[in-house]
Amino acid sequence: MRIEVIVNNRKIEMDVENNEFLVDTLRRYGFNSVKRGCDTGNCGLCTVWVDEKPTLSCATLAVRAAGRHITTIEALQTEAKEVAEFLVAEGADQCGFCSPGFLMTVLAMKKELQNPTDEEIKHYLAGNLCRCTGYVGQLRAIKKYLGVA
Amino acid sequence: MFTIKNYVMANTIEDAYRLLQEGKSNAILGGCAFLKLGAKRIGTAIDLSKLNLDQINETEDTIEIGAMTSFRAVETNEALNKYFNGVLPRSVASIIGIQFRSAVTVGASVYSRYGFSDFITALLVLDTEVELFKSGRIPLDQFLQDGAPRDILTKLVIKKSDIKASYQMMRNSAVDYPILNVAISKGAAGWKIAVGARPQRAALAMKAAKLLDSGEPKDADIEAAVNTAVEELTFGSNSRGSKVYREAIAKGLIARGIREVL
Repeated sequence: MRIEVIVNNRKIEMDVENNEFLVDTLRRYGFNSVKRGCDTGNCGLCTVWVDEKPTLSCATLAVRAAGRHITTIEALQTEAKEVAEFLVAEGADQCGFCSPGFLMTVLAMKKELQNPTDEEIKHYLAGNLCRCTGYVGQLRAIKKYLGVA
Repeated sequence: MFTIKNYVMANTIEDAYRLLQEGKSNAILGGCAFLKLGAKRIGTAIDLSKLNLDQINETEDTIEIGAMTSFRAVETNEALNKYFNGVLPRSVASIIGIQFRSAVTVGASVYSRYGFSDFITALLVLDTEVELFKSGRIPLDQFLQDGAPRDILTKLVIKKSDIKASYQMMRNSAVDYPILNVAISKGAAGWKIAVGARPQRAALAMKAAKLLDSGEPKDADIEAAVNTAVEELTFGSNSRGSKVYREAIAKGLIARGIREVL
């Protein structure tokens, strides 16, 4: 069916299958930052914002995106670059495949939590898996980025 | 891969119910997080997203949670954090990650009566009723036993009280499914002990709870209750843990929960 979605503040008409998930639709329409990792709803790589809330695009039926605001990292380049600089400074950047989904969650966390503790940060980010880093460097970087180090 | 022949956004709950009855393969859509893991062939998929069922409302005597409310909304809701020691937010907080919990809905989790559900276990130690479009309101434990085929769960209604509650669980890793989960509560009507992911769906240990009802439980009473709970409930094995392992950790989790509520 044909749906109208607002992706990164731009209205787009999309043709979607009834059983299609948003991760596939977004990639088909050129939003290649959205990565398919586990495809079982566990790894967080496909995280986008649906109406500002971090959501798994691999678990969101595309038809349900009709009329919603979808945000991907393509629209948040300045913010993403800022976080990336902190990650690089702490040596926490590796293959980078998980970065788009991870950054979408980090940026949502910055908006939602005020001065989070280590535990709150870990809890917020627990749904974003990274197979390279082991998370310690990432946590150091995120705390500095949030000004809570 | 699952398939959906027709997709319909229902305009009224009556329309949704009518569509559901029209074909055996018609189904109500929940959060759809598990749908993709199966091969279900859905005739008409009925979406309840426009029916305003994603609200948590506090009334004078109850807290009502609409069927389309996400687990993330349960986790962050002020009223649910205020009552029952936040047992409902605590029960959902370890389910995968926040972006998963933003998709998963309360209605689908309860209606499906999943054995591994963290949320059902916590609901079971509160005064919870399930509101179904056709069958009306029924107590949660009755619903868990009988189900309600071809009906639509519209909301959960939880009686407000000064019940104290605790949620305990064990997972192999932080965001995995639970190997076992336990909820304990103590209110005017006495104690309740619920154990889920056994791996069967959550059930109340009635005999064990009765052992705690006479005054302030001492260590010996807690030990008796723990042993009785493990005897009266059935435990089983699956890929996450064996029957024996589950029985062993059940004892620890139940005792910990009781002590937290004391």
